[in-house]
Amino acid sequence: MLGEGIIKGLAETAKNFVGSYVDGERLTTVQYPEERIAAKEAARNFPFLVFDGSDPHAGLRCVACQICEKECPPKCIYITKSKDKKPDYIGKPQFYPAVFDIDISVCMSCQICVEVCPFEAIKMDNEFELSNTDRFGGLLLDKNQLAKSNDFYRKIHPTEAAEVDARLAAEKEKAEAKAKADAEAKARAAAAKAAAPSVTKPAPLQTT
Amino acid sequence: MSSTILTDKGETPVASVDISAPEGAGQPNYTLTPRTSSTGGIESELLEVAMGPQHPSTHGVFRMDVVLDGERIVKLKPVFGYLHRNHEKIAENTTYLASMPYTDRLDYFCSLTNNWAYALAVEKLAGLQPPERAEYIRVITAELTRLVNHTALIGFLLQDMGASGTPLMYAFREREKILDLFESLTGARMMCNYMRFGGCRCDLPAGWLDETKQVVAAFPQFLDEYDRLLSENEILIARTQGVGILPHELAINASITGPMLRASGVNYDIRKVDKYGIYDRFSFRVPLGEHGDVYDRYMIRLLEMHESLKILEQALKDIPSGPIMDPKAKIRGFRPKTGEAYGRIEGPKGELGFYLISDGSPNPYRYRVRPPSLINLTILEDMCLGQTVADVVVILGSVDIVLGEVDR
Amino acid sequence: METLEQLKSRIESAVVGVRVEIIRNDSPSAQHSLLVDGEHAVAVGRFLRDDPQLRLDYCSNVTGVDWPDAEITEKVKVKKLVDGAEKEVEEVKKTRRAGCLEAVYHLYSMELKHGPVILRLRTGDRMDEAHLPSLTPVWRGCEFQEREVYDLYGIIFDGHPDLRRILMWDGFKDHPMRKDYVEPDDYEYEPTPHDEVLEKAKRHLQPEAKA
Repeated sequence: MLGEGIIKGLAETAKNFVGSYVDGERLTTVQYPEERIAAKEAARNFPFLVFDGSDPHAGLRCVACQICEKECPPKCIYITKSKDKKPDYIGKPQFYPAVFDIDISVCMSCQICVEVCPFEAIKMDNEFELSNTDRFGGLLLDKNQLAKSNDFYRKIHPTEAAEVDARLAAEKEKAEAKAKADAEAKARAAAAKAAAPSVTKPAPLQTT
Repeated sequence: MSSTILTDKGETPVASVDISAPEGAGQPNYTLTPRTSSTGGIESELLEVAMGPQHPSTHGVFRMDVVLDGERIVKLKPVFGYLHRNHEKIAENTTYLASMPYTDRLDYFCSLTNNWAYALAVEKLAGLQPPERAEYIRVITAELTRLVNHTALIGFLLQDMGASGTPLMYAFREREKILDLFESLTGARMMCNYMRFGGCRCDLPAGWLDETKQVVAAFPQFLDEYDRLLSENEILIARTQGVGILPHELAINASITGPMLRASGVNYDIRKVDKYGIYDRFSFRVPLGEHGDVYDRYMIRLLEMHESLKILEQALKDIPSGPIMDPKAKIRGFRPKTGEAYGRIEGPKGELGFYLISDGSPNPYRYRVRPPSLINLTILEDMCLGQTVADVVVILGSVDIVLGEVDR
Repeated sequence: METLEQLKSRIESAVVGVRVEIIRNDSPSAQHSLLVDGEHAVAVGRFLRDDPQLRLDYCSNVTGVDWPDAEITEKVKVKKLVDGAEKEVEEVKKTRRAGCLEAVYHLYSMELKHGPVILRLRTGDRMDEAHLPSLTPVWRGCEFQEREVYDLYGIIFDGHPDLRRILMWDGFKDHPMRKDYVEPDDYEYEPTPHDEVLEKAKRHLQPEAKA
């Protein structure tokens, strides 16, 4: 019969139409912005800088090694190293970035800066409602806008943040254990020196 | 009684209407007086039309200069280059790893297969070998990408034919599930940047395999629905059967690859010929067409989706645990030795190849993308000659071009 | 499939007067190529396509490569007289390599499912003699790819049915993919210039400041 194929197709369309009142699977529209879909954990949009604790300057993990600046494909990161140093989470004095700018009109969220950072200092955010009315500098985020706390990182990427925290805690323990062992060895050497003030020459070998 | 209408410049009447004859009595109530030229034939002119670059059905910024005789095509010249972003020259100035996000943006529907083709070429150049689990993950993501591409393509082909959105939206509803899988694995729905030289960037998150198994289990039902919706539709059959026929010999000589080639009956699938990755462990068939027209290309893509589902079921069952990166691979400071390599894969659109010449520095000396969409456009003119303008849109839709790949 | 040496000798016996050279490839991919001279390239192509053992009917990829004039330095062991005794000394030898443009063809066989066979054609120099024969009469798929090589590198393919620019617009003057390509001064305002863009901005704005 002519038209049989079209009628079969229309039956499918009718099934979808009626089904959308009955089955949740068939009605997939989400009324944004009143309803939102929860973002996946791995979703990434633009990078941000992580700081530990509550002080964005003192707790900033970034040591201005400029590896992310070199590896960034569209070259959207600008870093200026500071002249002085500040202690990091272990206590060792490190440089910090005096200027850390990311131009998010150029950034393509490729995540290469996160991969190559050796200090777990830069991670991916997932915020996308970033429209701005200032066309000349509004999309150039500076250090203050980029620095977000570790608690925020734990909230948006829980599994990753847990891994990073475990790794950093392990490093801190290792460094503390090493410092303690060094201090003990030094104390023993100082005590040995105090006990034997004069150094006697060793007796020559007796030949028989 | 009759009245004359349609005179040009008050000369010979072109048509005359007889209003005494009833309308709709099975006979037209006007007569056309054809103008005759000096030789006795009907005078006509060839019309040159530019279809595009702003056109809803040319799949991007693409222009076709067609010369028409009435509605029939006499000559067709494709013109592109509107999206040329000199990807190859940028790659000569950046490192190998930094080119990986740019390969996502070549064929922006299938970013994971683009990544794999590039990673394959670099692995051939540097002699890296990805571990088992990474190879399985690559096959799973590549077949999911093939599903993503073919559903979108059939949807767009039907959209171009005038089925204003219904098959397209059904296809997009299923694609969303796969794009959600990509997002939970790689972080982005479209620009995934997931493959690395020697493996993959990160391991599968917890629960991803189960979600993928659910999506793959529900997909055949959608494909059957789609089949019932479209394949016996008389309008589709009338518009696509016998249209845009590509003969067997011409397809081989014009370097056509992918579903277009197999629709013309040539049994050449790089997954079976080169056996790159671990494709020789999976059993799947290669569908072939008989006539080489647009209907065959549509059916081939539908059947290829069924075969992709078979491969996915096997891969999801057999995936082992283990590392996902070659221990010899370096992320920073990657300098392959001097030499060259050509690596190719069976992408959803055809053979996607990367040709790299290295001179020992961190940047490639020559980086070339072999774009399947560009080379499949070589015989667009041959397929369209003698067809009508409406058929050109349908034929172009079946060639499956993405301008990001054509222009790079 | 036969080895490259066997292939070379068969080509030499089939096409009279051809000069074929094997270019070795040191990387792990081991894809060695055949360098063929320009005059006999079409005959070699026809032989490769029609020979029953090879049947290389599918030209997969046509690439243009720019080799500018270069000085190659290599360390060579040379016997020299040093302090009266003959010793083997490492010397740095510098050779001038004349620049040329190159077209590389990757050929596969759809019938016999083997490949690749890689052909290289080199032009005389990068200026006036940048002519090569077109292999479009042998493999139709080379048509658009040779047009692209002409557009981006400037190699003129003799015998191509429709040689004109494909990616750049028709009035464009230079050939962008060459290594010595200088970009035109098309500076537009950018809010955050850096590195090369900053240099371009300075070069562009300074003449205006002087005037």
